[in-house]
Amino acid sequence: MTTATTGTAAAKAGGNAAKPKPATMAQALQRAMRDAMAEDPTVHVMGEDVGTLGGVFRVTDGLAKEFGEDRCTDTPLAEAGILGAAVGMAMYGLRPVVEMQFDAFAYPAFEQLLSHVAKMRNRTRGAMPMPIVIRVPYGGGIGGVEHHSDSSEAYYMATPGLHVVTPATVEDAYGLLRAAIASDDPVVFLEPKRLYWSKSDWSPEAPAPVEPIGKAVVRRRGTGATLITYGPSVPVCLEAAEAAQAEGWDLEVVDLRSLVPFDDETVCASVRRTGRAVVVHESTGFGGPGAEIAARVTERCFHHLEAPVLRVAGFDIPYPPPMLERHHLPGVDRVLDAVARLQWEAGS
Amino acid sequence: MDSLQQRSSTVQEPPGAVPAYRPTPPPAWQPRTDPAPLLPEAEPLRVLGTDAVADADPALLLRLYAELIRGRRYNTQATALTKQGRLAVYPSTTGQEACEIAAALALEERDWLFPSYRDTLAAVARGLDPVQALTLLRGDWHTGYDPHEHRIAPLCTPLATQLPHAVGLAHAARLKGDDVVALAMVGDGGTSEGDFHEALNFAAVWQAPVVFLVQNNGFAISVPLAKQTAAPSLAHKAVGYGMPGRLVDGNDAVAVHQVLTEAVARARRGGGPTLVEAVTYRIDAHTNADDATRYRAAGEVEAWRAHDPILLLERELTERGLLDEDGRRAAAEAAETMAAELRERMNADPVLDPMELFSHVYAEQTTQLREQAAQLRAELEAEGEA
Ligand SMILES: Cc1ncc(C[n+]2csc(CCOP(=O)(O)OP(=O)(O)O)c2C)c(N)n1
Repeated sequence: MTTATTGTAAAKAGGNAAKPKPATMAQALQRAMRDAMAEDPTVHVMGEDVGTLGGVFRVTDGLAKEFGEDRCTDTPLAEAGILGAAVGMAMYGLRPVVEMQFDAFAYPAFEQLLSHVAKMRNRTRGAMPMPIVIRVPYGGGIGGVEHHSDSSEAYYMATPGLHVVTPATVEDAYGLLRAAIASDDPVVFLEPKRLYWSKSDWSPEAPAPVEPIGKAVVRRRGTGATLITYGPSVPVCLEAAEAAQAEGWDLEVVDLRSLVPFDDETVCASVRRTGRAVVVHESTGFGGPGAEIAARVTERCFHHLEAPVLRVAGFDIPYPPPMLERHHLPGVDRVLDAVARLQWEAGS
Repeated sequence: MDSLQQRSSTVQEPPGAVPAYRPTPPPAWQPRTDPAPLLPEAEPLRVLGTDAVADADPALLLRLYAELIRGRRYNTQATALTKQGRLAVYPSTTGQEACEIAAALALEERDWLFPSYRDTLAAVARGLDPVQALTLLRGDWHTGYDPHEHRIAPLCTPLATQLPHAVGLAHAARLKGDDVVALAMVGDGGTSEGDFHEALNFAAVWQAPVVFLVQNNGFAISVPLAKQTAAPSLAHKAVGYGMPGRLVDGNDAVAVHQVLTEAVARARRGGGPTLVEAVTYRIDAHTNADDATRYRAAGEVEAWRAHDPILLLERELTERGLLDEDGRRAAAEAAETMAAELRERMNADPVLDPMELFSHVYAEQTTQLREQAAQLRAELEAEGEA
């Protein structure tokens, strides 16, 4: 097992646990699966290329070597088969952690996901829970060709019975994946591809406390407006908030972490404080997650709002070719433009 | 590359001439398995009416007979219940009782059954309460039983999607060291679905202890087998995955029981999966909502009636002196008792709790669901007061 690349070993190599070497999000995710597998023999990792190769993003690196091919399995190349088999394994008491190689390649498995994974508990009146984690590397910004950059969260969010979770930090990648594996319900765990190599001085020896799934977090305090965001757009919003400071706008940034269940409480508390909100994500805007979020916020905070809730989203287009993706992805400027539009006065 | 260089140094070529290109053969290729032993029988295997039936255990023959009579009565009773509006829909297995029952009886108690919506009879033969087997079709809840109790997965409506579940469960059992076998049932139409293919492929690669039983009853709703596949038989499909295919007369309960028992035993001892095609016929329409006269001729149905699974077995039992008028009456009476009880219980209105709508979505209700549950509760209270 290639512990040399994990936070622990890096920290040990540095000889100073208090000053850990930076770990990447990919490493934190690997460590989460490793620790879960070590603690619980029913945890099984499976998917395409997850074994010997360690996954195309190396997130399962070393797991097959440490736990054997029965616990970290290279499956035949068939997403419906992978998830369908995981359903049967869950029926027999295992906790499968399934990797879908890329966002758009999870679609063949949607029948299993929507008809069985999401509904089995309900169909059997609670007798057959589905403790399955479906890990999906998602989103753009890495120059991937067609079918490698979709943000598919809206499809998952629209399916009752699924939890939908997405980390934005190295610490959350570990903490949320541990929580997802421990969950007795299916969790679609969306991994922002372009943050795989983001780093943090994270030590698995003292991992950040794991919040239960369903809690948003305020990443930056502010008073002027709330940026509501998640996953790959969190760093964009934090950068935008820094830039806005120069213009005299003091922005708050809420990282949702969990799209289902949705933390109305944290989001609405923030919006009530600031009176203004922008939802930021790279998935399409029409029928997208921001539509749901803006509606919820409006329903709950109408009297506190100084301006309509705005959305900054990807265009309503199929994910563009890599050479054009920077025009599609919401960046700092688009966020700041929206914040400017929030300085809205009734009747104007 | 090396060999070419060697050759050019040993073969005398005129100076300046380009050496003739000699293609190197590809590395030797071998099929991984000899496909011959995997191929199915040339014709559906039959036992009844052949010399082979002499080896069949009389107790088994009588058991199968009693179950077939009960199964047929279950089919007619459930069909009648749809006419009375007690069942939303019932996909009858009249004519197919032999595959349903003989397959279920080939399993041990610790084994698992993965049925489709049509396979209520297999579930009942396995010991499931006849009323619980009908909840999906009655509409009071999706699954009326705890799947773990009888080791019967929920009756599955989306075609073929239960097949990969069977593979996963069998695989998990084997990893755990349990000698559990999964029997997965599917119709002929279902074999065209991607999940059928993926399940068979997974099962063969993992050598999972699964038996796939295709009940080829001739039609997928209205579409005949010829429009479903160009394969020589559905059993032939097994060879491509590297598992044996077996072809059996699905109306011959003894043959089905024999083939299934062998396949289950093979899976249990680590021999891997088998694909069985049972050739049978759906005597009734697809469901009560279907008009079968639009897609098949009466003559075809009559020809199959002459090959009825109960007739075939009854003839054998009578010839052997194992069944007389008294035996026939006893089986019919037992079936009638079951039908009367089913009628009576199904005529009682089920009591449903609407609040249960929110109980089994997640292990713990989300805030969103709690709010919606409160809304419904208020509506119910208002209704109660009105
Ligand atoms: C994925 C899917 N597509 C379509 C249907 C609708 N449908 C229900 S039964 C049926 C025909 C199935 O035929 P077959 O597999 O031969 O099984 P049989 O009904 O004959 O037992 C169809 C098309 C379905 N249930 N699932």
